[in-house]
Amino acid sequence: MINFNSIEELVHLAKEEHCPISQIVMAWEAENNLTSQESQIEAMRKNWQVMVDSLQRGCQNQEKSLSGLTGGDAVKLCSYSQQGYTGEAVLRAAASAIGVSEVNAVMGRIVACPTAGSCGIVPAAVYAGAKKNGNTEDEIVEALFTAAGIGMVIEANASIAGAYGGCQAECGTAAGMAAAALVQLAGGNPEQVGHGMALAIKNLLGLACDPVAGLVEVPCVKRNGFIAVHAMLAADMALAGVESVIPPDDVIDAMNRIGRSMPRAIKETAEGGLATTKTGLSLAKKIFGQ
Amino acid sequence: MRGVFDIIGPVMIGPSSSHTAGAARLGLMAGKILGENPVKAEILLHGSFAQTYRGHGTDKALLGGILGFAPEDMRLREALDIAAQQGLVYSFAPVDIPEAHPNTAIIKLTGESGRVIQVEGASVGGGNIRITRIGDFDVDLTGKYPALIIVHKDRPGVVNRVTSILARYKINIAYMRVSRKMRGQEAMMILETDDELSTEVVEDCSEIPRLLKAFAIPAIGGGSTI
Repeated sequence: MINFNSIEELVHLAKEEHCPISQIVMAWEAENNLTSQESQIEAMRKNWQVMVDSLQRGCQNQEKSLSGLTGGDAVKLCSYSQQGYTGEAVLRAAASAIGVSEVNAVMGRIVACPTAGSCGIVPAAVYAGAKKNGNTEDEIVEALFTAAGIGMVIEANASIAGAYGGCQAECGTAAGMAAAALVQLAGGNPEQVGHGMALAIKNLLGLACDPVAGLVEVPCVKRNGFIAVHAMLAADMALAGVESVIPPDDVIDAMNRIGRSMPRAIKETAEGGLATTKTGLSLAKKIFGQ
Repeated sequence: MRGVFDIIGPVMIGPSSSHTAGAARLGLMAGKILGENPVKAEILLHGSFAQTYRGHGTDKALLGGILGFAPEDMRLREALDIAAQQGLVYSFAPVDIPEAHPNTAIIKLTGESGRVIQVEGASVGGGNIRITRIGDFDVDLTGKYPALIIVHKDRPGVVNRVTSILARYKINIAYMRVSRKMRGQEAMMILETDDELSTEVVEDCSEIPRLLKAFAIPAIGGGSTI
């Protein structure tokens, strides 16, 4: 019987079995949801395919969303990717994440990861990282199980819903998942996976969920771009041997307590923050005609 | 703890799991409960659904679901046009339902045979839904499992008769709820099962004495987080 409720347990099990975290997650899934490892891999491969499709479509997207608030920024960033301060790989990752989110905003097909609002982060970071490392599709698919395991522990001990924990719960969780997958893809050990996750989430704690007009667009779409890059940096730090002073499970505990103490106005209600700025309110009025 | 594919998944049409994917699943459930081609859909939207439905494509998702499109079906985008082409007349109007979940819809459907059903349900987050009312009956259904709804007189032995029939067809019960309006009066049983419910099962149940009504609702698959 495989059971884990914390990152510490997950890391411990992986070390004991001399396997990556993904194998522990797959074994758990097999026991709890009665699915064979083969069918899990097949299902995850399909999810990855949808992620790649949405990413490629996003990088060409010129369509505006239903509200007209977003659309076309991924293309701008792609065209600019040869220039800039941060380098092509970073700009392309940001563009990809924005692209996936734009596809979401125009009623395109995406994979919620862990949510629709944060759907660009894991695909973009993993796509960029795998390209850099030269990882195979099998390795990518396997790393996504590690990402899922991280998300499962976060959901069990904090939350992955903006309405409960603010944006740290959605984009923060996605950053932790993406960083974990990236560490594994580069050959990092399970402890480094934990540190990558902790570093990523620690620096997004308390993030408000204050979408303009209550739509998954502003600031969500561009935030996906920022946070994909944030996850890559966290993974790099962990791979360089940087450790999070606060261990992963303590970071999740902090995330949970911060989420609970955040005011309702900045937890997906569109009653605070950016949503209630002068411009936010006037955009809402324009969109819904009230 | 929920599973791997609740965290990475579902595949869905954006932008919102609660306002789009969940809305599609509400429509899908209503369509399944009608069980025939719809010709008219009157949809009432409450709370956040009423305020933001256009920006989230909630109207398209609900109607697409009624037409039988799953949350990952690209046709959701064009559901309003497809409905018009198929001769499905539809309307959306706001409603205020006291105490209801902010993402609640009341869907009244008329089928080609003239049959009319009314379903009330909410999109409760992550694409998950809860059907709370079918016609005059309070229910609690998620759509994740096939469901058998039995309306019967509150008398000893009815539950036993129903579960015996399910056992005979080797159908495993995942969840079961029994309620009644008053002792000895009308009662209702909701059984969510792991296995599909055939028409034979429903017919056998219909023959139980003191049973007023039995019908099955197929599953529409699981939801997940936003």
